[in-house]
Amino acid sequence: MVPLSYYLVLSGILFACGVTGFLIKRNIIAIFMSIELMLNGVNLSFVAFAAHWHVLAGQIFVFFVMVVAAAEAAVGLAIIIAVYRTRETLNVDQVNLLKL
Amino acid sequence: MISVHLILFLAFGAVCVAGAVNLLVQRHPINSALSLIAVMAALAGEYLLLGAEFVAALQVIVYAGAIMVLFVFVIMLLNAGVEDRTQGSRVAIVFGIPGMLIGSVLVAWVVLRHSGTGDVEIGALPGPPKTIGDMLFHEFLLPFEITSILILVAIMGAVVLASKPPSSPAEAPTQKVKD
Repeated sequence: MVPLSYYLVLSGILFACGVTGFLIKRNIIAIFMSIELMLNGVNLSFVAFAAHWHVLAGQIFVFFVMVVAAAEAAVGLAIIIAVYRTRETLNVDQVNLLKL
Repeated sequence: MISVHLILFLAFGAVCVAGAVNLLVQRHPINSALSLIAVMAALAGEYLLLGAEFVAALQVIVYAGAIMVLFVFVIMLLNAGVEDRTQGSRVAIVFGIPGMLIGSVLVAWVVLRHSGTGDVEIGALPGPPKTIGDMLFHEFLLPFEITSILILVAIMGAVVLASKPPSSPAEAPTQKVKD
């Protein structure tokens, strides 16, 4: 028996690490990985609540979050490739124009 | 009393947190990607502890498999090197790390204080993947079909964005912006 709050705290720690990575990382790919870390933290709390209340809908939501994450990864990495092709850098400090 | 469930939870949770912190500390993107894979594998273990075999399998196949392979491929394709610290990143470290610590301590305090005494048993989730499939194709049929459209749009968007633009000799030099 593990209290539900332990799972929520672990999920919160993962989400906070993701937010921190989003703030302090300067490589655009690492920033993108921090977003994935945040999504994983949210998924854990979905599954923990689903297990606590014995409902299956939480797992369905995790499924949809994964689908959206996959679509986001595909489009985001394509954007990163397009940015690198024109600017020739991955540092977000040097990508400071709205123009590609 | 310390149960097996608690020990396993703490072991997988320690791997998760260590991987997440390593992702922040590492400066080469490939090291960050590998530690993110470790986080995802440990999270699959947590899902198995909760009894969500379907989600655990999806976590390993889709997240640790497909998405992270995509990341590693892009890192290799762009030949990403060690990131350099700039003025902006120093400001972000000064404000970001204390903010993260304060935020996570606050969340942990609120959750531990106010979430009551709810416990989660090991393997608590009811229903095999067959039940999830039934729900997915009856109650959640419309969202499921909408996600298929989303995936289609994402595929087309990725192909359009990542494909090389047709290089016309007149425009090619002016497109490059250097500062």
